Amino acid sequence: MHRGGAPRIRFERRLEQPRWLSIASPFILVAAALAVGAALLALVGAAPLVVYGRMAEIAFGSAYGWSDTTIKATPLILAGLGVSIAFKMRLWNIGAEGQLFIGAWCATGVALFLMPKDTPQALMLLAMGLAGFIGGAFWGFIPGVLKAKLNINEIITTLMLTYVAFQWNNFFVYGPWSQRGFGLTEQFPKSAWMPRFTDFGKIFPAFQGMTAHFGILLAVILAVFLWFVWRRSKWGFGVKIIGDNPRAARYAGINLTRNIIVVMMLSGGLAGIAGMVEVSGVVHRLQERFSPGYGYTAIIIAWLAKLNPLAIILVSYLFGGLLVGGDAIQPAGIAGMLQGVILFVVVGGESMLQYRIRVER
Amino acid sequence: MPDATYAVEMRDITKRFPGVLANDHVNFGAQAGEVHALLGENGAGKSTLMNVLCGLYRPEAGAILIDGQPVHFHSPRDAIQSGVGMVHQHFMLVQSQSVAENVFLGVRNASFSLRSQQMAAAVQKIGDQYGLPVDPNAKIWQLSVGEQQRVEIIKILYRGARILVLDEPTAVLTPQESEMLFQTLRAMKNDGKTIIFISHKLEEVISIADNVTVLRAGKVAATTPAKGMTKAQLASLMVGRQVFFQFDKAPAKLGEVRLALAGVEAQDDKFLPALRGVSLEVRSGEIVGIAGVAGNGQRELAETVTGLRKLTAGKITVAGRDVTGSPPLVMIDAGIAYVPEDRHHTGTAPNLSVAENLALKAYRKPPIGHGALIAPDAMQTSAVDLIRAFDISTPGPQTPARKLSGGNLQKVILAREISAEPQVLIAASPTRGLDIGATESVRKLLLAQRDEGAAILLISEDLDEIFAISDRIVVMYEGSIMGEFPTAEAEIGQVGLLMAGGEHGAHASAV
Repeated sequence: MHRGGAPRIRFERRLEQPRWLSIASPFILVAAALAVGAALLALVGAAPLVVYGRMAEIAFGSAYGWSDTTIKATPLILAGLGVSIAFKMRLWNIGAEGQLFIGAWCATGVALFLMPKDTPQALMLLAMGLAGFIGGAFWGFIPGVLKAKLNINEIITTLMLTYVAFQWNNFFVYGPWSQRGFGLTEQFPKSAWMPRFTDFGKIFPAFQGMTAHFGILLAVILAVFLWFVWRRSKWGFGVKIIGDNPRAARYAGINLTRNIIVVMMLSGGLAGIAGMVEVSGVVHRLQERFSPGYGYTAIIIAWLAKLNPLAIILVSYLFGGLLVGGDAIQPAGIAGMLQGVILFVVVGGESMLQYRIRVER
Repeated sequence: MPDATYAVEMRDITKRFPGVLANDHVNFGAQAGEVHALLGENGAGKSTLMNVLCGLYRPEAGAILIDGQPVHFHSPRDAIQSGVGMVHQHFMLVQSQSVAENVFLGVRNASFSLRSQQMAAAVQKIGDQYGLPVDPNAKIWQLSVGEQQRVEIIKILYRGARILVLDEPTAVLTPQESEMLFQTLRAMKNDGKTIIFISHKLEEVISIADNVTVLRAGKVAATTPAKGMTKAQLASLMVGRQVFFQFDKAPAKLGEVRLALAGVEAQDDKFLPALRGVSLEVRSGEIVGIAGVAGNGQRELAETVTGLRKLTAGKITVAGRDVTGSPPLVMIDAGIAYVPEDRHHTGTAPNLSVAENLALKAYRKPPIGHGALIAPDAMQTSAVDLIRAFDISTPGPQTPARKLSGGNLQKVILAREISAEPQVLIAASPTRGLDIGATESVRKLLLAQRDEGAAILLISEDLDEIFAISDRIVVMYEGSIMGEFPTAEAEIGQVGLLMAGGEHGAHASAV
């Protein structure tokens, strides 16, 4: 239609997302989120660039900053990997937070009540890790089996089980496992502490005062392993097929029922390990609300990283930095606000990037 | 200057999609009281043109005139207001509601309280007028596909359509139902309506249409009166070269029984009986064609044999091995290959690469699968080989499958299934929606497999296809086998009658 007059601006759906855009989109989205956050900061009278600069400096400006950021990034990576496994198959496990709590609970039970205090550290940590995995996996198994056998929506079940996990945890930290009625257990024996970098300060002076723990090594190893599984394993290929087209997968002879359950268990299991690592490496006991929502942040992370395990490490550090930097500045709610803004922009922006602007003349 | 003789005229329509010029200065006109066929291969731009006419797409350039008056449609609602209505290939009906309710759905000027008797009477009246018998109070899910189509036609007639666009209306009908539809079209034509009829089927076009517009690669290849045209002439206009309709088929060299079904029963998705005591055999070196109207148990038959659907009774044997009730993986290992009816939703994973789709089943075994791992190099090599051997046109093995055309996607599926060297190949509507060139090559591939000793079960709603390549024809109706003929002795009228559930006549001597 040839019509004169002023050019009109129109949004048009992209038929095909160009490759550069799919790589660039997480960066664009984070930048956009920071811009929105800056606007909000300016609105409350703060200087956005100063605030951001300060946050970046605290989180990444020194070795201690990196150490603190690593502490936050570790459970984020583990839970993010867990969430990403389920997302890969388009199972929307949003209950990583609950799986994390159950994993921590199981690890605590092992550390405090099952194993003798003088168990060798390696064996103790192995047992706790296993317990954490099994606990989280069980918390993933329930929605998995409901989904696979009865087609019950996993979004609802995983979310609701999270509240069950909170209450379960609260019952124990205020009840049977409580230390004098406070919302926490007694401290773990030293053998149940994840080694920290500062523990090796005598051998490597550079590590002195760095409280980051070895959980980060486990997280990175698991990320690399998962990356390899997706790229090279038969099982990973099967999950990829199911994720893209479950009917084609069934047609190709892949067992959907079994894979849904297995994937949900692995997904929950990794979140469970995140919980174990947090209690063993940071808190050294189980307590009420020991996680500031790592399991929820993991959802944003997995999404921003486009389910790529290696990208999850990167994005987790970004969010870890946000938490560390946000803790140290005023007003204190900034980190939470920015997280919310990022989630908002990511979810909304992802669909907006599927459109392009066209000027019609 | 408006040309008042056309009820609908499209002038110089140009519609561009990224990378594709779908309609390139297309001119099209149809008069009142005319059946105008729109012919063309897939991707020739037929649907685009009709979607422009019906207000779904807006063209970059060109004009639409209704009764000589220029119009600008912004939505299908605008189009129907000007009297243009379309019956889509996939019906847009609410299954749980009645015929009358569907007809009234979305009618703007309907009063707030609907009176069911009045609605039913209105539907009945239109049905009687144009020979569209359907019970206004029946629920949609109770109706056959042919009846549902009638509801769609009544729907647009009720909305006042004078120009009706029918997108491949006979694809889902038996020959007898098609004949009924043609009578309706003639009645509408005599009533002064304009009918635009999109089709692949050349005989139909010649028999029903007054004029034909042939599109090729987005342009009008010809507009001509249908009378006096031959199939070959139309086909060569469509593809731009000579087309052969007959295949030189060597006599079947029958071998051992590869697939045997004995008294197989199965249920459909609603747990109603879909297969009723089906017994049949397919031998090495033959193609057995299952003829039937869509929804008479063909899909369930294919799914049962491939292990995707549980059977409730009977026995299935593959190359002498009892595989009754086995899951899909066991069926694959037993040597059953399956070209599913729905190549987009079942046969391929759209976002995975061509190479990955080619390896969708083979990844478990060497050379691609080793232990728990996959060898990407082997996957790549095998993909390159198959792309060459089966002449798949793709930018590369890493291209996502969804970017391939229907014909090439089908070749990917055939390459995957045939390269597994199966005992039995189940092919369900293998050429549906493919253009003439791709159809030809798929049929040739199936015949070549047969000559090499494969046992092929061909399930198709396209009787021409069944007659063209199968050695034996088995007719299914409501899940039962109605008759079985050697193709050479089969008669299309008799087969059509059995497809509609007619009596097993004297001619149909079961083999």
